Amino acid sequence: MAHARLTLRQYLVLASVAVCAPLGDTCLSRGMTRVPAISLEHLGALVAAVFTPWIALGIALLIGFFASYLTALSWADLSYVLPATAFGNVIVALLSRFWLHEPISVERWAGIVLITVGVGFVAQGPSLTERPSAAAAMPSVAAKEEQA
Amino acid sequence: MTPIPYPAPQTDPWVAAAMIALVVVCSTAGEVLTAAAMKSIGDMGAILAQSGLKGAIRAVLTCPLFFAGVSFLALAFFSLLLALNHLNLSLVAPASASLTLVTNAIAAKLFLKENVDRRRWTAAVLVCFGVYLLAH
Repeated sequence: MAHARLTLRQYLVLASVAVCAPLGDTCLSRGMTRVPAISLEHLGALVAAVFTPWIALGIALLIGFFASYLTALSWADLSYVLPATAFGNVIVALLSRFWLHEPISVERWAGIVLITVGVGFVAQGPSLTERPSAAAAMPSVAAKEEQA
Repeated sequence: MTPIPYPAPQTDPWVAAAMIALVVVCSTAGEVLTAAAMKSIGDMGAILAQSGLKGAIRAVLTCPLFFAGVSFLALAFFSLLLALNHLNLSLVAPASASLTLVTNAIAAKLFLKENVDRRRWTAAVLVCFGVYLLAH
């Protein structure tokens, strides 16, 4: 199962999925709470909100998330990528505890432990389902191997 | 315009369940179609090395499955907005996020023929409970 092992670069892509999504959401939330309430009659204010620093940063992070998510799905199974990247929730909870000094309840600590154990489970297994013909699933890699 | 009362007014539990189910179904369909699209395109690392960022973007944007996936993800987003309009965030966010993990594991096995072994089932269920506890 040589190709099921991930490279350091691929682990970095997974980490980027895990970190960018919750950080992007946090930036959007922080930005939107600073914008005055927007009514349906003044939807133009939504467009203006896009150019405020927090929301622009949030959108940039979410674009980064989507690009790394698509990249991860191109070489790993969906049922591997989703739990592995749910670890981002843990990162945000820990950041809010130790950086923003927000209290974390017992239930949330239990949630952190469950996610961490779950991610440990899935990360130990293969990242990609073995296919009878790997060439059919990975045309570009097969083409590269033929060239070599 | 009359402001929406807060906390959200009581919604029939079946209507609430249907709204959350709509979010979960649309987002699962979106994730599965997007995953199928990316598998059909091939290893992005190899494509990036061969034809650069432009080539990689072109490969993604010329894949019809990708647009089908993104359309369902957009539908999931709007059904989430609809649900948030009637239900409290503390119910919708954890319920939809954690249920989606399990439905995705089922859909990945059924439609993508992924090898969802005992290890992955355990992980999906643990992470599902964990996300629920964390977001609740």
